[in-house]
Amino acid sequence: MDALSLQHFLVLGAILFCLGLFCVLTRRNAIGILMGIELVLNSANLNYVAFARYNGGAYDGQIFAIFVIMLAAAEAAIGLAIVLGIYQGFETIDVEATDRLRG
Amino acid sequence: MTLTAVFYFLAAITVASGLGVVFTTNVVHSALALMGTLLGVAGMFVLLGADFLGVIQLLVYVGGILVLTLFAVMLTSRVDVRVSNRAVGRVPAAVVTLVVFTAMTRAITTATWVATAPGAPKPTVYGIGSAFLGSYVLPFEIASLVLLVALIGAVVVSRKEVKG
Repeated sequence: MDALSLQHFLVLGAILFCLGLFCVLTRRNAIGILMGIELVLNSANLNYVAFARYNGGAYDGQIFAIFVIMLAAAEAAIGLAIVLGIYQGFETIDVEATDRLRG
Repeated sequence: MTLTAVFYFLAAITVASGLGVVFTTNVVHSALALMGTLLGVAGMFVLLGADFLGVIQLLVYVGGILVLTLFAVMLTSRVDVRVSNRAVGRVPAAVVTLVVFTAMTRAITTATWVATAPGAPKPTVYGIGSAFLGSYVLPFEIASLVLLVALIGAVVVSRKEVKG
């Protein structure tokens, strides 16, 4: 096999991770921040599956990725519910504007 | 090599959509660009021989999480979709991101990876299923508990409070 090596996938994962990190750092919209977290989780999954593929084809990496996807689903449900709750209280989801703890 | 061409095609889709997620100002456009990234990663999974995982990615991410995100965007954008989506401190964030990226790529390119050449991809469903009911049965059950708690928690958190 060939030109396609493990490092290709790792570099792609690093690019995705950094895009997600930048998204989380710069966004003020709470939903945008959640999307950045999804990017980061996807990069981690890509690394898991790439390592699994280039280490004799064991299933452990893929199973870890399935668990990450499952937790991402739970995180998205809870996170978006919290965003909706914030919107009901503040009429905005700008994370800079939501600085009161008392409702 | 056709595999390499497929890799670069999928990587181009993934990175371009990722840039769209990060740099568009409209949240709806970001969510649609996120779909491109998720589809590209699903293609990468298939390219890596993880066919079951690619389908899971499509079902859970594109079919579930993305639709949920779009719902949340629609529910919270009564005022203006474009509002509150401007970047705050782009320069420090870019510096942090660049530092992290150079550290990661340096680690990736300089480390000696113990990688065995992969064989032909084989069906993974049987192996994953027996692993879930074999050595991973406890995390599997805990995962179902986590999902149940998340379900109840999401309902409790997003429910309108009844003042009474």
